[in-house]
Amino acid sequence: MLEMYKFETNQLLEQMEQVVINSEKSNCCSQEAINEIFRIMHTIKGSSAMMLFNGISTLAHSIEDLFFYLREYKPENVDYMKLSDLVLSCTDFIKEELSKIERGVEPDGNPDESVNIIKAYLTELKGDGGGNAIQENTDEKKDEGKKQKYFITRSLSDNSEKTLYKAVIYFEEGCEMENIRAFTVMHSLKNIAQDIMCEPEDVIENEESTRFIRENGFKMQFYSDKTYEEIENILNETIFLKKLELEVVDNNDTANVNKKKPVIDLESDRSITPEAVRTEKEKEKEQANKTLLHNFISEAMVTSNPDLKGLSLDNFNKAASQLKKITGELQDIVMSIRMVPLSATFQKMHRIVRDMCKKLDKDVELEILGETTEVDKNIIENISDPLMHLIRNSLDHGIETKEERIKNGKSQKGKITLEARNEGGEVIIIVKDDGRGLNKEKILQKALDHGLIQDINREIPDREIFSMIFLPGFSTKENVTEFSGRGVGMDVVSNNIEKIGGVVNVDSIAGEGTTMTIRIPLTLAIIDGMNIRVSNSTYTIPITSIKESFRAKEEDLITDPDGNEMIMVRGDCYPIIRIHKLFNIKDSITNISEGITIMVESEMNTVCLFADELLGEQQVVVKALPQYIKKVKGIAGCTLLGEGTISLILDIAALVKMK
Amino acid sequence: MAELLDEVELVGEDSQKDKFLTFSLGKEFYGVEIRHVMEIIGIQPITEVPELPPYIKGIINLRGKIIPVMDVRLRFRKEPHEYNDRTCIIVIDVKDISIGLIVDAVSDVLDISSQDIVPPPEINANNNNKYIKGIGKVGSGVKLLLDCEKLINDEDAQTLINIQ
Repeated sequence: MLEMYKFETNQLLEQMEQVVINSEKSNCCSQEAINEIFRIMHTIKGSSAMMLFNGISTLAHSIEDLFFYLREYKPENVDYMKLSDLVLSCTDFIKEELSKIERGVEPDGNPDESVNIIKAYLTELKGDGGGNAIQENTDEKKDEGKKQKYFITRSLSDNSEKTLYKAVIYFEEGCEMENIRAFTVMHSLKNIAQDIMCEPEDVIENEESTRFIRENGFKMQFYSDKTYEEIENILNETIFLKKLELEVVDNNDTANVNKKKPVIDLESDRSITPEAVRTEKEKEKEQANKTLLHNFISEAMVTSNPDLKGLSLDNFNKAASQLKKITGELQDIVMSIRMVPLSATFQKMHRIVRDMCKKLDKDVELEILGETTEVDKNIIENISDPLMHLIRNSLDHGIETKEERIKNGKSQKGKITLEARNEGGEVIIIVKDDGRGLNKEKILQKALDHGLIQDINREIPDREIFSMIFLPGFSTKENVTEFSGRGVGMDVVSNNIEKIGGVVNVDSIAGEGTTMTIRIPLTLAIIDGMNIRVSNSTYTIPITSIKESFRAKEEDLITDPDGNEMIMVRGDCYPIIRIHKLFNIKDSITNISEGITIMVESEMNTVCLFADELLGEQQVVVKALPQYIKKVKGIAGCTLLGEGTISLILDIAALVKMK
Repeated sequence: MAELLDEVELVGEDSQKDKFLTFSLGKEFYGVEIRHVMEIIGIQPITEVPELPPYIKGIINLRGKIIPVMDVRLRFRKEPHEYNDRTCIIVIDVKDISIGLIVDAVSDVLDISSQDIVPPPEINANNNNKYIKGIGKVGSGVKLLLDCEKLINDEDAQTLINIQ
């Protein structure tokens, strides 16, 4: 229940944030937007009250009031900036409370301050809104009173032909949640009765009502054209009903039930979110995925079973390849279920940009391209933080102040582009700004100060210089601001990206802007691999990084004085990494012309690996090395081969860097 | 019912108390607390992993789970021994880390009550004895009781991590 509540509320808040930011951008609040916010707040209010998170529900209630006013009276002179600020600060409050709930702490935040601000704002609006608003809406109670016309038509004149009933319902002792039960009763009467009035009035909002109902019963008064028996039957269906008192009242009789406020709206059942169903689905997917991986291994075990080696079984091979095809298709389908579009993550950035622009007094537009690009679910989880840091960074350090921009002949409005696209087996996410760019000299100086480089005069490629900003504690910013400058953020970025097997590249042109490119493999669970053998060990190379493999000739080999080997291929010279040397493997082929040379590429760098032989291509399920072993340089993980032996997956990016 | 369950649990816990799985390394007998032991398997093909200390022989595939294996002989700086059909891998689980221990042979599960356990002599406390938690007296012989946590979480492993 709590899970559901948290999930739903978070979803709604995100939805609402988007609506608010969109409205702010267009500087007007469409009827739909108002209705949407109203609905969201209403749902949150209801569910929070039910979960007894009163702080949240009080706040939600006051926002609801505010938007009710906006909806009803459509005041013209609304300051949407202020309104958005107000609403966003409220969503922040609710989020804060939610995170407290998540941590298992009592949500004890006091909403009074925000509520008062909202009230003040509402009064201000009303003051501006002209006389009629003041007249009718000086107090909140009346506000609510107005609302009833939305849900139940008050048509006293029609009631003359209808009978006025008075009912008192007593619930069984200990049935709990009397107020909600009472509400359900009213709900069941919605269609057949008019002008329902009840005591206590605020059944759901007021906690006291539970006690009141318990002691005095739930009193209702309503008009209906149904007969006494019909009404009685309906009311008797109430669960946990202990006693029902139903009587017909003379129309002229003064109702002893407070007439001022009929029932709170009965509309709340409209707001069921489709997203709530998703958690369950997600779990199923997770399960399906696991099963898939297992099936997948099983299939590989059958088709490359060592018992079959050397046998020529035409029919079996045919059947096996058919099976392979089917499992392949199945795998594709399941993988596609795992894929989630990036849009939700991207949309969150709007809020960050907006808030920071305000605080830093910059004018920045966030452009989002390719938000429908789909990536693996666990990538989404890991990408959100890094993206946030990158955007913050661009905004804080990259984009200049308005004055500076104008001085430099740029338009006053800065621009950050967030772009995603698929390329081969990778997703590429680009964060681009048109700010001042990175200061190469400053970075170099800093690197020198930190002892990261020894000689400032040595030629260092730009890319390498820029990538230094990802080192922990590396900030060229002199003063730490609220948003950035502590030198932590970029470290987080590179760490998180690395965790999901991606890389970050930085390109920058001074005065024109910076581009951060994140490359992430589409999926982490299964890769296409080429198995190679070195002596008795098997290794797997991701097929995407292999450029070619060939048998090198002795005479192409070049050895430099330090013993480093290189090879000339079509006029280009590449370093050779002998795997047996690197990993100290005995009894392997050492003669270059007897083994096989595999050219691999990572991030534009190319090296040649030397192994004994190629075993063949296979899709492999990536497994992490046991925790105890931690990280081994040059090994990205391991995988199980068909016959149950383990093959180590080479980390090409690390190998390339070693050279 | 609940009481009964509690009792069963108590018994379950009790039945593991003071019980040690003993194994041999050359002439000496060692014991590990039975609660750490997950299972005992025969020697398996081991995949070597580069850049590891020599006593970590590599990783094995235990029904789809990949666990590292440690040669206890090498760990205690003894002469390496050719693996044969008596060689066993004891899979232990300490603080959620699974690791296989390669030993010469597994012998028995013994009851050694706490009064029969004496602390190891102090002479070489800072040296080789650091993995020995106590010495259990069984009949006329003694069993060296291993501290599994130290065995897999000592400074060696720490420095190993630091290097990388």
